[in-house]
Amino acid sequence: MNDSTARDTLIAARPAPDIRHGLVGWLRSRLFNGPVNSIVSLLTLALLVWALTPMVQWALINADWLGDSREACSGEGACWVFISARFETIVYGFYPVAERYRVDITLALMAVTIAWLAIPRMPAKKWVVVFALVGFPIIAWLLLVGGVFDLPHVPTRRWGGLMLTLTVATVGIVGSLPLGVLLALGRRSQMPLVRSLCIVFIEFWRGVPLITVLFMASVMLPLFVPNEVEFNKLLRALIGIMFFWSAYMAEVVRGGLQAIPKGQEEAAKALGLSYWRRMGLIILPQALKLVIPGIVNTFIALFKDTSLVLIIGLFDLLAIIRAGLTDSDWLGFATEGYVFAALMFWVFCFSMSRYSQHMERRLHRGH
Amino acid sequence: MMSSQAATSVPEGTSPASASDQPAMIEISGLNKWYGDFHVLRDIDLKVERGERIVICGPSGSGKSTLIRCINHLEEHQQGDIVVDGMHMTEDVKRIEQIRRHVGMVFQHFNLFPHLSVLENCCIAQTWVQRRPRREAEATAMEYLERVQIADQAHKYPGQLSGGQQQRVAIARALCLKPEVMLFDEPTSALDPEMIKEVLDVMVELARDGMTMLCVTHEMGFARTVADRVIFMDQGQIIEEAPPETFFSAPRSERTRLFLSQILGH
Repeated sequence: MNDSTARDTLIAARPAPDIRHGLVGWLRSRLFNGPVNSIVSLLTLALLVWALTPMVQWALINADWLGDSREACSGEGACWVFISARFETIVYGFYPVAERYRVDITLALMAVTIAWLAIPRMPAKKWVVVFALVGFPIIAWLLLVGGVFDLPHVPTRRWGGLMLTLTVATVGIVGSLPLGVLLALGRRSQMPLVRSLCIVFIEFWRGVPLITVLFMASVMLPLFVPNEVEFNKLLRALIGIMFFWSAYMAEVVRGGLQAIPKGQEEAAKALGLSYWRRMGLIILPQALKLVIPGIVNTFIALFKDTSLVLIIGLFDLLAIIRAGLTDSDWLGFATEGYVFAALMFWVFCFSMSRYSQHMERRLHRGH
Repeated sequence: MMSSQAATSVPEGTSPASASDQPAMIEISGLNKWYGDFHVLRDIDLKVERGERIVICGPSGSGKSTLIRCINHLEEHQQGDIVVDGMHMTEDVKRIEQIRRHVGMVFQHFNLFPHLSVLENCCIAQTWVQRRPRREAEATAMEYLERVQIADQAHKYPGQLSGGQQQRVAIARALCLKPEVMLFDEPTSALDPEMIKEVLDVMVELARDGMTMLCVTHEMGFARTVADRVIFMDQGQIIEEAPPETFFSAPRSERTRLFLSQILGH
């Protein structure tokens, strides 16, 4: 009749083509499919062996692990005794030995709180968040500073090492995110005064190097403030770091806010939701999810930059290890010290990175 | 796509005339709006009675969407008065939010909240605007999801639904607040052809229940079936308004005739 064709039976479904399974199949398809790839694979492997063998030998196989003085070091590999002998100082800084249990309690409390929030199954998240933002800082401050409930006062200049690094990083992270969100919202505000203030704040703090901020906080500020007002040096550094990073955070968050289609806010408006509800329930949850990589990037940069507090005389993890290098009993162990410091920083930063990837997967909603 | 039965109308008794003792649902007078120098809406006067169903059509850029978006203040107007359910529109945020609680809106691109499940989409305003208890809000949400025949998808996320399903959820979401009037801004324009009917069916049913409706749409079949009045807009002005029978069979203005021939002529 005409050229059209019609099919009256459907083609039966077939299983997908076979893929190679197992180690051999994987090796063959990924590393050795063809002569060029095989050669590249072998060369890479050789390079890895050549580079990693001495490192592993130095750091693990020939290393000295046990002992409590320099005599335990054989000199064939790394001497981790340097670290283990100074471990307490690396963690607690100059915190009085008898009071170090207070740091332990604080760290344990922090670990439990973070774990509770990070594990999806745990109940009562809302209350734990309230505790983490209100209860924990107060408890931590009282415990670490003391001077109440028969706890002897420990001035902040005796804080140091890992505990100082974690204090600065935690306060910086917990403070800069909400502040950054507010600044980002302010920068998009319809109100000219709010918008200008936020722009000036962001551009000021973003335009100044962190080192300058810290110098200003510790050296310049006391010149302008009357002598009677005695600000704590650590507190000043914390505020400086918080402001500095909140400016970066604001721009990251603003990027997320701009990516949310206008229709989302219109729909929320049409439902009668007020500004803060629209932001808190509709816009920010989507925008923040979108910029998790950027936020965590900023967190990681912040964490690593805590070591800059060295220049205003605070001894963080890195500074305390460096200080150990000048100990006349332990000269010549700089490599071990720096490798250990790098490892510590890496562990924290890598954990943040992994957790953020986990969050991204968990919050994925198929759009 | 167009329905040929021009005379099929909504049952008697829901007719708008019976509500004449109450103030009009929406009263717009002398409305003017500019985008910069561009005069989008020119001297619009429009009165919508309770239970009245109005279809607004016109070429693109004629200001029809802008007009209905002024009614819940998604767009700001520079001149004229809008009174919704006896409330004067002002610049006061509280007043605007109060009016929005009486006005439901359905958008061309659905605008469901992608991070919330279908059920949460329907509950969020009930919980945070009307402060209904969670259980009650969910019951109301399920009732309306049932009505738009999508209750079985309540726990899915918008991204997992088809366009037609999303738009039906959007209608249910607006209805959950029990609005006095519903605004539809080209609700079927972004849909694949085979999904338009499921959305129109829901809208026809809503009209049967006596909801006051303003629809910006090009679905002339829908206009014939449902509308009490069809309004034709061009270049920011209302050119013609008439009951659908007259509008389609004997349009008075040349521009209306041209428009109708373009959209019905193929």
